[in-house]
Amino acid sequence: MDLELMVNSFPKLLSAAVITLKLLSVSLIIGLFIGLFFAILRLNKNIFINKLAYVYSYVFRGTPLLVQIFIIYFGLGQIEYLRSTVLWVILKEPYWCAIIAFALNTGAYTSEILRSAFQTIKPGIIEAGKSLGISNKVVFYKIQIPIAIRQSLPAYGNEIILMMKGTSLASTVTIMDLTGVAKYIISTTFKPIEVFIVAGGIYLFMTFIIHNAIKFLEKKHSFN
Amino acid sequence: MNIFKKTIFSVLFSLLIIGNVNADKIKIGTEGAYPPWNSKSEAGKLIGFEVELAYTLCRYIGQQCVIVEQDWDGMIPALIMRKFDAIMAGMSITAERQKAISFSQGYADEVASLAVMKGSSLEGLDTPAGINLTKPNSDAKKALKTLTGALAGKTVCVQTATIHQNFLDSGDVGKVNVRTYKTQDEVNLDLASGRCDAALAAAVAFSDYAEKSGKPVVLTGPTFSGGAFGNGVGVGIRKDDTELLNAFNKAIDKARKNGDISRIATKWFGFDASM
Repeated sequence: MDLELMVNSFPKLLSAAVITLKLLSVSLIIGLFIGLFFAILRLNKNIFINKLAYVYSYVFRGTPLLVQIFIIYFGLGQIEYLRSTVLWVILKEPYWCAIIAFALNTGAYTSEILRSAFQTIKPGIIEAGKSLGISNKVVFYKIQIPIAIRQSLPAYGNEIILMMKGTSLASTVTIMDLTGVAKYIISTTFKPIEVFIVAGGIYLFMTFIIHNAIKFLEKKHSFN
Repeated sequence: MNIFKKTIFSVLFSLLIIGNVNADKIKIGTEGAYPPWNSKSEAGKLIGFEVELAYTLCRYIGQQCVIVEQDWDGMIPALIMRKFDAIMAGMSITAERQKAISFSQGYADEVASLAVMKGSSLEGLDTPAGINLTKPNSDAKKALKTLTGALAGKTVCVQTATIHQNFLDSGDVGKVNVRTYKTQDEVNLDLASGRCDAALAAAVAFSDYAEKSGKPVVLTGPTFSGGAFGNGVGVGIRKDDTELLNAFNKAIDKARKNGDISRIATKWFGFDASM
């Protein structure tokens, strides 16, 4: 065990963890909107709209995140036509390719989490709102969405943690996130165990924070 | 003895036998993704200059060899952790790597070069054909200055943990935006897609890619050797394994004398890259 290497690499890895958190938070925010959008589509009675949302979540939950990143980064980069369009400004950057892949992936899972949360809302609650003369729209935004979000907190907390670990795949498309920098240090020191232990410790710490933040929110918004 | 115990025993026993069979074979690690040094045929078989040379050297050593595949970025750690006994993977002999492992004498040499897509503003840089960085002369220093100016703020792509990455990180060509990839294939893909303004690798890696893909990849600037680029490509061996090191050194001597190295090199590179 090379303790000196572990101590020396710690600050470098910590600053790389900021990139990891950035990737995570940006893709979670975009993914939440995507997820909410598709969850609402899933509740639609129109079979075409319903199936469309189902196919999206089926495809992105049914294929590995690594494959999704590679298709978006290396795959789309091969299409010559795309490179002449304005889209290439975004797709040229590894950072945005990773964000797109992460957001679409977490969006698919989030849509499933929210859909099942919507479906568990007791009809009585909605009817109570309606009987008070509140419009359908207001019932949806002020009653259904807040309850659904509370219902989905435990499952969504898991999704955040899974996604946090998923961001390590950003290093496969040249992004210097926590895993990327760890690999870089290993490439010059040839000591993977020491460096990965420190990187793993930082990931664990981030999980600890996320886990407790979700637990706090669950308590704060508890129904009891 | 019940069936469960029987199974356990037979599995353990067969492991023992397999272990013994492999014990007197030399295991050689290669990447299989760096043509023409080492790559894979369409059927997934390891091929290339080093694969053929490895079998030749093992014949001289008088031992059987197994060639195993290992990702480039884990090559040296895997050797140290005894996943195999020797590295033959286009690995240049550098002072940095020699801190971790030993190298046999060099068996082949490669020059590195920058590559760009045809029509790039970096095409046709005004530099000498080749520079040696071990003791850079005035021409070499001038060339580095030209490169520093041309590459400022540009994205240059390299495979991770290579001499090419070390060179760009060393600051000899100023502040470039270095992007690292797991394999040379990925570097080539992103050079062609336009995400990289330039790429740095063995000159043959680019000519091989240009030939096979038909993409207009052209070399630019000088070819590099010496300094951060090391002193030829050798067999990487664990530091405590002096017996195997001596065996490889002797085998390389014999193979060189009999013309095997230059014959195999000419077959795969199209020119004699042996040393």
